[in-house]
Amino acid sequence: MSLFLFLSFVALLSALGVVLAKNPVHSVLFLILTFFTLSAHYLTLNAQFLAAVNIIVYAGAIMVLFLFVIMFLNLNEDTEPHKPALAKIAAAIAGGSLLLIMVAALRGVQPVGYDANTFNSQVGMVDQLGLVLFKQYSLPFELASILLLAAMVGSVMLGKRETGERNF
Amino acid sequence: MESLSNRAKKLEKKPMTLAERAYLPAIFQGLSITMQHFFRAATKKQVTIRYPEETRPFSPVFRGLHVLKRDEQGRERCTACGLCAVACPAEAITMVAGERKKGEQNLYREEKYAVSYEINMLRCIFCGLCEEACPKAAIYLQADKMAPPRYERDEFIYGKDRLVEPVSPDNRSKRGIQLTPEQADKLRSQLA
Amino acid sequence: MTLETLGWQGLVVLVVFGISLLIATYCTYAERVIAAFLQDRVGPDRAGPFGIVQPLADAVKLFTKEEFFPSGANKALFIFGPCLAMITALMSSAVIPFGNILQFGETAIRLQGIEINVGMLYVFGIVSLGVYGIMIGGWASNNKFSLLGAIRAASQNISYELAMGLALIAVLMMSGSLSLRDITLQQSVPGEWHFWNIVKQPLGFIIFIVCAFAETNRTPFDLPECETELVGGYHTEYSSMKMGLYLFAEYVNVFVASAVMSVIYFGGFNFPFQYELREWLHSAQGLSVDAAQNIIVILGVVTIFAKIFAFIFFFMWVRWTLPRFRYDQLMRLGWTILIPLAIFNILLTGGLITTGIIPEIKQWWVSSPLG
Repeated sequence: MSLFLFLSFVALLSALGVVLAKNPVHSVLFLILTFFTLSAHYLTLNAQFLAAVNIIVYAGAIMVLFLFVIMFLNLNEDTEPHKPALAKIAAAIAGGSLLLIMVAALRGVQPVGYDANTFNSQVGMVDQLGLVLFKQYSLPFELASILLLAAMVGSVMLGKRETGERNF
Repeated sequence: MESLSNRAKKLEKKPMTLAERAYLPAIFQGLSITMQHFFRAATKKQVTIRYPEETRPFSPVFRGLHVLKRDEQGRERCTACGLCAVACPAEAITMVAGERKKGEQNLYREEKYAVSYEINMLRCIFCGLCEEACPKAAIYLQADKMAPPRYERDEFIYGKDRLVEPVSPDNRSKRGIQLTPEQADKLRSQLA
Repeated sequence: MTLETLGWQGLVVLVVFGISLLIATYCTYAERVIAAFLQDRVGPDRAGPFGIVQPLADAVKLFTKEEFFPSGANKALFIFGPCLAMITALMSSAVIPFGNILQFGETAIRLQGIEINVGMLYVFGIVSLGVYGIMIGGWASNNKFSLLGAIRAASQNISYELAMGLALIAVLMMSGSLSLRDITLQQSVPGEWHFWNIVKQPLGFIIFIVCAFAETNRTPFDLPECETELVGGYHTEYSSMKMGLYLFAEYVNVFVASAVMSVIYFGGFNFPFQYELREWLHSAQGLSVDAAQNIIVILGVVTIFAKIFAFIFFFMWVRWTLPRFRYDQLMRLGWTILIPLAIFNILLTGGLITTGIIPEIKQWWVSSPLG
């Protein structure tokens, strides 16, 4: 329980850091820290596969690209454009209403307790997850994998040298 | 266009073969070459000379740091004639001549001697023309000694204190200022 | 798991940590000696006999050098970068199985830091984080060369991670497990044709080793720090031990990459005729089952380290043989050659498994005497 509280505390703090940090690079780093704490939460729920994949995909690939782009843009406090007060008010209202909707949607949720006798602690393990994915959700899983494969083949094709093209 | 020298090589750009495009055979070829060198270095004697312990032998015609010689009785040979300074293409030698006083016959061989004698080692090109020019056989360039590096520029101006051969005959032989023909032969055989 | 074994396991983690650092330390010395030998030179031989304490001298030098912060640098991140590089490099050696289980009566010591059933994904995740140390350090230096190095490192790592993951998928299809320990044990089934994975996955291994070179930023893919173009790349502005940490992290990465390759493709701690040897020790020499097993386990540890050192030597051998790639060549190799090859390898492996040429691996280790 104390581990959960600590992780939640760090997660919320770093999530706040993402929003409040002046420097975009700091924001990205806070976001990475948030992903780490989320992965740690998955680990405490005995979902090792989800934790590892969360780190590989989000922290290891997507955030690298984020950081990459931000470094290219060379954003910092000096180059930050001046935002008019109207934009700030509009942003505050939009964000506030999002919060309101979230709270309203989650208010009625009753957390389902679990029975310690029938609970399967292996449910988050990779083999259990694989069985579910390949049996119960076979079609969506295959469709998603074909989509990803198509994207990968497409990127390879984009990178192929065309006939007659010679860069060097 | 006609080539002027007719030596230009016509290069044909052939498409690479599969083995060349796969790149791996070339990599393994390169790796095998470096591996041969690895075993050569590990087994045979390396060419590296481990400096402070081993030194490279000097060439028999090497011209190094200058020395002002004394004669058999330990008197300075130099008579400050200035021919070396005239001969010097780099104008590295300066001297002040003085007259020998009574009672200094055991110090200086001639009646005129060099009160000060300076060689600027930064200017010197170690050509040996001073040695050729000297009528008294007083200055020699040693075959086994180099002008060492220093921190300050004025330390490179060598005065008589550092140029004149020490008095003691023992030291003279130790420093081996001039090679005897036997020594030179020995050195040559070492180099061969 | 009792508390006592947990204590032993903690000791194992500490030992693995220490060994990683020690090997990385001596990699710096080995690199210099091997480089020298490959170039007909002598190498460092002054500090101690054969220069054996040279790493200590280097460390003293690095620690006593001036700490330098470039003007306009982001100071916190400038310090954080090398730390992150070192942390991520050291973290991944935790799941490498360096040996089987040592049995002392009731106490069993598993010679592996932590055994998780997603071990391979763990290594993969940590490796993908390794680029942050370089990126943050390069960006925080406030130097265009450092930034270029960081950007190169980022795009290079992301590109080669794809091919690396695809090469690993082919192994996973055969093993049916993500645990590095399971993969190791599968490569030594007694009495069946289950030899090291390199026999079944030669193409996958070539793809993997090329990607490992790229991921560890070693020549011929050391473009993030290529001195002819970028001064020093991401560590241009670094000095003192912060610089040392970057160099050190590279060697730890090399060590981990070598360990992963020897586990996944070269049978890990297995060596030929280990069962025959154990049988002989037990029956002919009259040792107890535990003692015979422990001898095999210790020989296995020696085996895996021999394999790791062979790979480290290969890394260095390649470094002093091949010239650096050009950046467009690097990207072309990664995207248009390695990824299609890896996909082809997956298809090939799938085909071979369905036709039964590569036999299906049973969950044999459950009943195995080694288990």
